Amino acid sequence: MLNIRDIMETVNMIQQENLDIRTITMGISLLDCADSDAKKACDKIYDKITRMAGNLVKTGEEIEAQYGIPIINKRISVTPIAMVAAASGADPVLYAKTLQRAADATGVNFIGGYSALVHKGFSAGDLKLINSIPEALSETTNVCSSVNIGSTKSGINMDAVKLMGQIIRKSAEITADRNCIGPAKLVVFCNAPEDNPFMAGAFHGVGEPDCVIHVGVSGPGVVQSALKKCPDSDFGAVAETIKRTAFKITRMGQLVGTEASRRLGIPFGIVDLSLAPTPAVGDSVARILEEMGLESCGIHGTTAALALLNDAVKKGGVMASSSVGGLSGAFIPVSEDAGMIEAARNGILSIEKLEAMTAVCSVGLDMIVIPGNTPAETISAIIADEAAIGMVNTKTTAVRVIPAIGKEIGEELEFGGLLGSGPVMKLNIEKSSKRFIDRGGRIPAPLQSLKN
Amino acid sequence: MKTVVSVVGKDTVGIISKVSAVCAESNANIIDITQSVLDDMFVMVMLIEIKDLNCSFGAFSENMSNLGKSLNLDIHVMHEDIFNSMHRI
Repeated sequence: MLNIRDIMETVNMIQQENLDIRTITMGISLLDCADSDAKKACDKIYDKITRMAGNLVKTGEEIEAQYGIPIINKRISVTPIAMVAAASGADPVLYAKTLQRAADATGVNFIGGYSALVHKGFSAGDLKLINSIPEALSETTNVCSSVNIGSTKSGINMDAVKLMGQIIRKSAEITADRNCIGPAKLVVFCNAPEDNPFMAGAFHGVGEPDCVIHVGVSGPGVVQSALKKCPDSDFGAVAETIKRTAFKITRMGQLVGTEASRRLGIPFGIVDLSLAPTPAVGDSVARILEEMGLESCGIHGTTAALALLNDAVKKGGVMASSSVGGLSGAFIPVSEDAGMIEAARNGILSIEKLEAMTAVCSVGLDMIVIPGNTPAETISAIIADEAAIGMVNTKTTAVRVIPAIGKEIGEELEFGGLLGSGPVMKLNIEKSSKRFIDRGGRIPAPLQSLKN
Repeated sequence: MKTVVSVVGKDTVGIISKVSAVCAESNANIIDITQSVLDDMFVMVMLIEIKDLNCSFGAFSENMSNLGKSLNLDIHVMHEDIFNSMHRI
């Protein structure tokens, strides 16, 4: 029989330390749903999603009950809608509304893929889709959008960067009456992964199978608890502890993923080895960094602590899974992490420090509330900086900032649920980046793109 | 299919008997029982076979957790595979 201590360790992880499967995400290709008649295309999309994912939520709940492990979210990602909508040339918002209907019918809490990939330029349908994002996010509640504006291989599309600054601002303005929720569902990527199960950036890449199941694990609380047991160890031991914990967490993700795939009869894709925080107490990545010995997240030493954490999570997780993908690393979404919210409120965590942190962790500037009077070109400049970090370091970076319309530094924006709440953070907006952003064109790919 | 029932709390008279009674009512066969005191808490772990269960797994799991509430104990039912995958390579 199993060791009683091992059993109690697992039970404690789930009951006391918020260990859970953060998401089971079904990726569905909509390439075969394109049609020159938009209505026909939307009917095909609705039929395909509801056919493939009809049992997704129910199956997730069954696994949850049988294994005794919470599965927080059941979600769907689809082929970037810009590609599907291009065939008809119709208003892409029609497609967004179709995705919303499909989300309602299947009971998933988010559907991602209202997306365009424009890292080297705009193809038919891309511009139309991007321009429709504010309206689409305002008219729907569960649809998520993402735009890839750069990659290591192609450089950064600065025309798209400029446009996305304006789109984020507009999206906040037209949802100002709903806590500016629009841009909280919009991610701007550099090097976007095609198999990411996490929202808001999930979409189903064109190289993926017709339908696939991805799993995203979580468990910052478990890592923090493990580190509490070694308060005075050196960094070798700290890394080892995190690796062991990440291994266990990931094994559970692998088990749930393969089981979901078997029950649904759909191939298993990847486990995303991420530490994803929630605003709940004891589910924070910032608290792990503080457990390592920092008095607060955001002070000097934070970047080094995060680098160690991110690397150890990957090393521990990679052996536990048959296939690792997605974003894989520690997430630092400010409004979704109790420790980060506190550090930002106290003025200890600045946007400059967050930018440095994104160079060593899995994603980017995530869920950051910025002043309502931030000009579009400043948002574009933030995107350009972040994309440059991703492009040069051959990693994924992203920007999800929320201009808090009508609010200033010191005030807060409350989204509720998993999206949490965040204080408005200070930006350098006294001087303008307008002339830089207005240049347009493309920042060429760096030398490290020439690997052949 | 096997499931692990874990019971944690303050030691009282009749825990094993009451948990076993729920198993018997549901036609779940107890394969192994281990108990110990960890960090001043009474801990019991039961391995049970549930292939011939006469009720749904959900109902069984709920009966166990209700019993836990009435005895002021934490009782959880989890599939054996969770532990195997987490603790064995």
